[in-house]
Amino acid sequence: MSDNNNQWPLWEIFIRSKNGLEHRHVGSLHAADAEMAIENARDVYTRRMEGVSLWVVESKDITASNPENMGELFEPAIDKVYRHPTFYDVPDEIKHM
Amino acid sequence: MEKNENLIHYLLMLGDNSMILGHRLSELCGHGPNLETDIALTNISLDFFGQVRSYFQYAAQLKGEDFNEDKIAFLRNERQYYNATLLEQENNDFAYVIVRQFLFDAFHKELLEQLMNSKDTTIAAIATKSIKECRYHLRFSSEWLKRLGNGTEESHQKAQLALNDLYVYCHELFAESEVERKMKESGIGADLDAIKHNYLAIIHQLIAEAQLKIPETIQRVAKGKLGFHSEKLGYILTELQYMQRAYPDMQW
Repeated sequence: MSDNNNQWPLWEIFIRSKNGLEHRHVGSLHAADAEMAIENARDVYTRRMEGVSLWVVESKDITASNPENMGELFEPAIDKVYRHPTFYDVPDEIKHM
Repeated sequence: MEKNENLIHYLLMLGDNSMILGHRLSELCGHGPNLETDIALTNISLDFFGQVRSYFQYAAQLKGEDFNEDKIAFLRNERQYYNATLLEQENNDFAYVIVRQFLFDAFHKELLEQLMNSKDTTIAAIATKSIKECRYHLRFSSEWLKRLGNGTEESHQKAQLALNDLYVYCHELFAESEVERKMKESGIGADLDAIKHNYLAIIHQLIAEAQLKIPETIQRVAKGKLGFHSEKLGYILTELQYMQRAYPDMQW
């Protein structure tokens, strides 16, 4: 059992919960290939009607940012609150902003 | 009245196939080869039990009196179960589980597609609901069959061994019993001859894609559908019926 799991690559699973919404990452699982990853995802992640569409991506194909670079990547944004669109009043008549 | 007798018998045949295979798959719950496959097989088992409930609820309604689905499922004697012999075969290893599943799914799909046009509207409704599940089951089992057949030398060997052992039970699926003939003639049941043609074409193609060989063994004369079972069903029933026998009329 553990041998199999070690040999099968890891896949990241994305589900679109309904039409019009974006796919969201829900977790990962092991599968021998993309087709099997879709089937496994169907069984593991959509048993309770969670979705209408599945994406699978092999985990090794995802390039992630390095936590050590958090400073240069994200901290410069901390003191730039003016980038949020909160510095003007929205008239009451406009309901859906 | 006789018509109802035959219809009830036919419903038991349909339900028993799903129940015995569903039970075999449930034995694997928590014992699958890995997490993903474990969940998949358990899901498939639950699909089958959903079908069983529909068939048995309908049969209980036809029987009337104080019959209910539990009594039909749990309180019959061995000779009163009418599943095909293929479905009571054991989970010897993962290859057996997949080959048994594949040989049944391909049949089940053809069967349900015919039953969707049954003159009996309840059977047609159950078939229409079940066909989606069944199409997925067939996709699951045939994809796995191809992977086992085209996988390693060992997986190929095990798949071939399972096929050699289980293929001999296929013929029974088409050996028309008297009840099946009557149901066919009244437009309620399926035409097994018509299914046989499609079925053999499908399984032979997939077996070839899996690079496995069709065994040249003689088809076994299996009579599970008539109530004559291998000794394996006895063990299944012992486990299945324990609670209802020990605590009659128990409820969850």
